[in-house]
Amino acid sequence: MKHLLTTKELSREEAELILDVTEQMAEAVTGREVPKLPALRGRTVVNLFFEDSTRTRTSFETAAKRLSADVVNFAAKTSSVNKGESLRDTALTLQAMGADAVVIRHPAAGAPQRLTEWIEGAVLNAGDGTHAHPTQALLDAYTMKKRLGGVEGRTVAIVGDILHSRVARSNIWLLSKLGAHVRLVGPPTLLPKDIDDWPVEIGYDLDASLKGVDAVMMLRVQRERQNAAFFPTANEYARLYGLDERRLALMPDHAIVMHPGPMNRGMEIAAAVADSPRATITEQVTNGVWVRMAVLYLLLTNGESK
Amino acid sequence: MSNVLIKSADIVGKGRRDVLVRDGRVAEIGSVSEKSTVAKDVEVVDADGLVLLPGLVDLHTHLREPGREDAETVLSGTRAAAKGGYTAVCAMANSYPVADTAGVVEQVAALGRAAGYADVQPIGAVSIGLEGKRLAEIGAMAQSAAAVRMFSDDGHCVHDPVLMRRALEYVKTFDGLVAQHAEEPRLTEGAQMNEGAVSAELGLPGWPSVAEEAIIARDVLLAEYTGARVHFCHVSTARSVDIIREAKARGAKVTAEVCPHHLLLTDEAARSYDPVYKVNPPLRREADVAVLRAALVEGVIDAVATDHAPHAPQDKECEWAAARPGMLGLETALSISVLALGGPAEVDWDVLAERTSRTPARIAGLEAHGRDPQPGTEANFTLVDPSATWTVVPEGLASLSRNTPYAGMELPVTVQATFLRGRATVLNGKIEEETHS
Repeated sequence: MKHLLTTKELSREEAELILDVTEQMAEAVTGREVPKLPALRGRTVVNLFFEDSTRTRTSFETAAKRLSADVVNFAAKTSSVNKGESLRDTALTLQAMGADAVVIRHPAAGAPQRLTEWIEGAVLNAGDGTHAHPTQALLDAYTMKKRLGGVEGRTVAIVGDILHSRVARSNIWLLSKLGAHVRLVGPPTLLPKDIDDWPVEIGYDLDASLKGVDAVMMLRVQRERQNAAFFPTANEYARLYGLDERRLALMPDHAIVMHPGPMNRGMEIAAAVADSPRATITEQVTNGVWVRMAVLYLLLTNGESK
Repeated sequence: MSNVLIKSADIVGKGRRDVLVRDGRVAEIGSVSEKSTVAKDVEVVDADGLVLLPGLVDLHTHLREPGREDAETVLSGTRAAAKGGYTAVCAMANSYPVADTAGVVEQVAALGRAAGYADVQPIGAVSIGLEGKRLAEIGAMAQSAAAVRMFSDDGHCVHDPVLMRRALEYVKTFDGLVAQHAEEPRLTEGAQMNEGAVSAELGLPGWPSVAEEAIIARDVLLAEYTGARVHFCHVSTARSVDIIREAKARGAKVTAEVCPHHLLLTDEAARSYDPVYKVNPPLRREADVAVLRAALVEGVIDAVATDHAPHAPQDKECEWAAARPGMLGLETALSISVLALGGPAEVDWDVLAERTSRTPARIAGLEAHGRDPQPGTEANFTLVDPSATWTVVPEGLASLSRNTPYAGMELPVTVQATFLRGRATVLNGKIEEETHS
C-alpha cells in the first residue's frame, strides 16, 4: 500500500490488516500516561485541507502526533491557494519541503489521485468531493467490529443523501468487501443513477429497511438541498427519513446507530436518538484516531518496525 | 508549387489515376505522361499506394484567436488542420472578444488567409457575448467579407426557445443555419461527466444524456415549425440519434455531426481523473459509441467534426472539476474516423470522404471544398497512406496545446500530403514552412 485513496481499491486482506493494526494501536496507547508511540519519529506528515473540517484535521493531527511524527497543517484557506495557486504547484511545494505523507481533504473528487502524480510521498485521502472518505469507512467498520463482534454477515442500512456522500460510497465498498449486507435507503432524488451493479439493496421506505438491521448509519443531509428540489422541506425529510425514537424501536435491540458527524439534530437524527446509549457517535470519533494511526503507520513504514 | 502532377493516386478508393494540377485547379485527370510536364515547372508527387481524398472540412474548430493565443492561434491551428488532412475549418465563435460582430469574423477570416494553411470560415455567435439573451448582429456578419452562414453559441446552448426561434427565422433569409450545442443548462448544472454507473462511483456530478436529447427534440420541432436549418453539434447519445433519424424521415432540415472522441472513447476513461478526458458533451457509454458509429455509416450523422479544443497546460494539469472541457482533434480525426468506419482494411473511402469532406463542405456552404478531382475543380486534396500507422506523441503535434486524449496510442493511416488550391501545405508527412510560393 503506497497510498490510501479509496476503499474500493483495498483488498480484503489489506482492509483486515488495517483493522487489526487499529486494534493494536488502541491497545498500545490506551491507559498509558504518555499516549505516544515513537514509530514515526522524524517523519513529516502534512495535513493539506482545502475544506474546513476541524474534526477530521484534528483527528489526523492527533493520530500523527501519537506516532511522534512532525505535523504541518497546510490550511488552504490561509495559504496561497486563495491567491490562485494550483493544486499542482502546492504539491510541488510540499514535495520540495520533503513531506513523507500528505493527508488531503479537497472539494473536488479525484484530487488525491491527481496529487499522487506530482509528489513522491504517501497520499492519504481525507475526503474528496463526493467520491471517497476511506478512513471514515474504516473507523465505521472498526466501530461495528467492536460493538457487534464483527462485520461479516451483519446488515447495515445507510440512510439519507447517498448521492452526495463520500462516506456512503466508501462504506459500501468496504463493508461489502468485509462480508456485510448493505442496504441503501433514501429518496430516489438522493440516490445516484445506474447503481444496479452496486453490492447493495436499495429501499425507499425507512421503516421497512430498519427490520433486522445490526447497524444503521445516518448521513448528514444539508438543508440547502431543498432549494434544488432534492426534497420538498426539511420537515418532510425528517418525517420520511429521519431516525426518531419510534423508528429506533423498530430496530433489533442490539442494533447500533452510527453517524459520521457533524449531525443535524432534528433533521436526519432526533436529539434523543443521538444521545441514546445505542448511538456510537463519540466512539466513532475515538476510533477514528486509532484507525488513522494505523493507516499512517502502515503507509509510512510498510509495517516494518513497531 | 501550384503546378503538381500527382502520380497514380487511388482516387477516393475508386482506382488509380494521375491528377495534373495547374494554377490551383485540376487540369487533367487520367493517365498523364511525365514527359509532357517536366518542362513546364510541374512538381511530380509519387502517390503510389496512397489514397487521394477531397481535403477534409471541419465544421467545428476552436482556433482560440483572438484572445487565447497561448493555447492556439489561427496559424498554429490551421497548421494542425493541414497536418490532419484538412483544407478548410469552421472557426467557432467563442473567442475573446466573441465573434459576434462583423469586425471579429472578418479579423478571423483575414488571419486565416494570411496563414495560408487552410481556408478559415468563421462561425458567428447567435447571441451577443454568447449570453443567450439578445441576438448578435447576424445580418452584418452574413453581409461582411467573411460571409458567415453558420451561427452558433457553442460552449453554450441557445436554450431560450424564443431566442432560438427568432434566430432560425432570421438565418432563413440567407439560407443560413444555426449550429446548436444541445445542452439543457438546468439539467447539467455543475456537471462533470456522463451521468451513469461510472459517475455514480467516481462521485463526479453527472451530465445526463436527456439534457442533450431534450434540446435536440425541441429544436427538431422548431426547425420544422420555422422551416429553417438546424445543425446539431457533437451529438453524443444513442437516443439523440433516434430523434435525428425520425426528424430526417419527416423531412426536417436538420443535420448532425459527431466528434472523433465520441466514436472511440467512453466514460470509463474518467476513472483516471485525468482531465484530458474531460469534454463537453462528455464521453458516453460503450453502447452510445456503437450507435454513433452505426449512425455515421448510415448517414443519420452527416459529418465528423473535431470540436478541436486546445487548452493551455494549467487548464488541464489540475483537479478534474477545475479543468476546462475539451480536447485536441484536428491531427487525429482522420485516423479515428477510419477506425470508426471499420479500420484501414475495411473502410469505404467514399463514405469517409462523404462524412469528413463533401457533406461538411455542403453544410457550411464551402463551394470549393469537398469536391472529388474533376477538371476545373479547385485542387483541395489530401493524400493518405492507408497502410501506415503512427503513434500519437503530444509534443510532436502541430497544435500549440498538448491536450490530446490519444497520447501513446497507435493509430491507423497517415497524412502524406495536403494541397490547398494546388499548393502543398503538407508534403511527405511534414508541414511546408513556406505556403506563399
